[in-house]
Amino acid sequence: MNRRRMLQALVTAVGLLIILILTLTAFGLPVMDSLKLIYQGAFGDKFALSRTAVKSTPLLLAGLGMVVAWRGGMYNIGGEGQFIVGGLFGGIVAKLLMAGPSLPPVLGISFILVGSVIGGALWASLSAVLYIKRGVEVVISTILLNFVAIQLLSWAVEGPLQQAKHQLPQTDELPGSLMLWRPNAQLDFHAGVLLAPLVAIAMYVLLYKTVLGFRIRLVGANSRAARASRVEPRTTQFQALAISGALCGLAGGVEYTGMAGLLGTDFSQGWGFMAIPVALLGGLHPVGTIFSALFFGAVFAGSENLGRFTTSGSTLLYVIQAAAVFALVGFRALNARSPMPATPEAA
Amino acid sequence: MFSAPIALAAIGETVAQKSGVLNIGLEGAMLCGAFFAMLVSQVTGSPWLGLAAGGAAGLALTLFQGWFTVLLAADQVVVGTAANLFALGLTSSLFRMRYGQSGQLLSVPKLPVFDGLDGVLLFMLISVGVVWFLLMRTAWGLALRASGEHPESVEAAGFSVLKLRMQGLAFSGLYGGLGGAYLAVGITGSFAENMTAGRGFVAIAMVTFGRWNPFLALGAALLVGYADSLQFTLQARNIALPHQLFIASPYLVALLVLVFAGKGTLVPRALGTAYVKER
Repeated sequence: MNRRRMLQALVTAVGLLIILILTLTAFGLPVMDSLKLIYQGAFGDKFALSRTAVKSTPLLLAGLGMVVAWRGGMYNIGGEGQFIVGGLFGGIVAKLLMAGPSLPPVLGISFILVGSVIGGALWASLSAVLYIKRGVEVVISTILLNFVAIQLLSWAVEGPLQQAKHQLPQTDELPGSLMLWRPNAQLDFHAGVLLAPLVAIAMYVLLYKTVLGFRIRLVGANSRAARASRVEPRTTQFQALAISGALCGLAGGVEYTGMAGLLGTDFSQGWGFMAIPVALLGGLHPVGTIFSALFFGAVFAGSENLGRFTTSGSTLLYVIQAAAVFALVGFRALNARSPMPATPEAA
Repeated sequence: MFSAPIALAAIGETVAQKSGVLNIGLEGAMLCGAFFAMLVSQVTGSPWLGLAAGGAAGLALTLFQGWFTVLLAADQVVVGTAANLFALGLTSSLFRMRYGQSGQLLSVPKLPVFDGLDGVLLFMLISVGVVWFLLMRTAWGLALRASGEHPESVEAAGFSVLKLRMQGLAFSGLYGGLGGAYLAVGITGSFAENMTAGRGFVAIAMVTFGRWNPFLALGAALLVGYADSLQFTLQARNIALPHQLFIASPYLVALLVLVFAGKGTLVPRALGTAYVKER
């Protein structure tokens, strides 16, 4: 069993490398030079390594969110919106904290992150309620809410959350005491990088060692069988989507307190969308998602470096991600004739 | 402004969904349509050729998707999402490589307009009737609708479900691509990264709201267009509301109609499920 897993991982890794090379070739970029630039940008020195780490972090957190929802048969495509609302709620908490008496930093950051978790969970719950009460497809409602979230943030940073100077459409910068801890001031590497794998382990435990996790997987695999075993699918689906939103919101909060330090209209760079291929390539498994987040984080950091020297850049990442999903889906379908994920009754 | 691209895409998506395929990649087809329409118009100087290229680009992307979802029976949401991501990455990368990182302001020749009605709008109005007739009054349409309801019996009657579904998808790709192309060469005369901005998803919502009827889907798209155009009316009357509310309004309207209209009983029963031939 373990050997089979290793083999799968190896095949995936080689496949991803091939896709990377094919994409570069297709866009007419010099392959060896580009690979070198990508490698240097991702692993070349400590700055590059730190960039890879901080890019992988939101991918992993939001990717875990996708894992939980999709395992439960809820096609959450709204990671982007949940990420944004997570950041927004974090920003509201931060504004309150900055106005009030100063707290110990750990407590302050915790409040912000809890706010983000609640924000993301609420935004996802909206879709869950619409699905359960009104039969609105989760795929559609989560996507539509992404666009609403973007405008909500845009309004907030021009209105109630705008900086005290009222010049730019963005919030005030967080004071250093409300930012996540950085071991080295020169590097972007922050405490969120360490938090994300812990969350991954927690999600592994949740999905595979708890009753709730078992229910989520059962409902996702076969909601009729679940009902027959007296597991109410709707409650479980709601929980799966809410947890998923909470994780995407946390990703937003960590990006806010770890990297951005303020909220502007360009707060999210598509993290919520990119999280979907991350989760799929990770086999919709929390541990697999750690590796796939690392891979795509490295490609992200590397392709930014590539963008400094050529006319292309980080948008190539979307192509690579999509190609990887196509390859994975095609490979599985041809191989086992079992399309993934096997959720015939998914929303 | 908002209506025509969405209406075109919704007409195509109606056919796809009737055949049992949920084409989540509609947004990607529109985006590819917009980009290649702009590109070809700019190179050849003819918006009509651009329009054709846009339709072809949408068609190509969607048929590629169909290879996975219909022929290989892969998950439709997974593949559709990947197609959207692919389209976004492809068009943005090509755009940046050709026109520079910042994406300078770009202007291409627009389609000629006669009395406020251009060829595409005329084509759209004719299409609604033609598609409705094809779906509801021909043997092919009956078979296609049946493959979205009960594919086993279609196969038993001697039709190929896979073929019918590919044809249904082809409609959504072609019309989605045309919708995107119209946005680029008919309305704005330009292109910007991710310029379709979710119109494909709104179109999918309109298909549900339109009860899988092309005429109603057109009406639904007009409703969204109306919501979008309200911002100019209200701004003209100096009614102070945040402009973000207006930008968000098409998505909110799409969501609200789904909430209030519900799904109803007209949804094709086999929608979203792959058909695997028994052996």
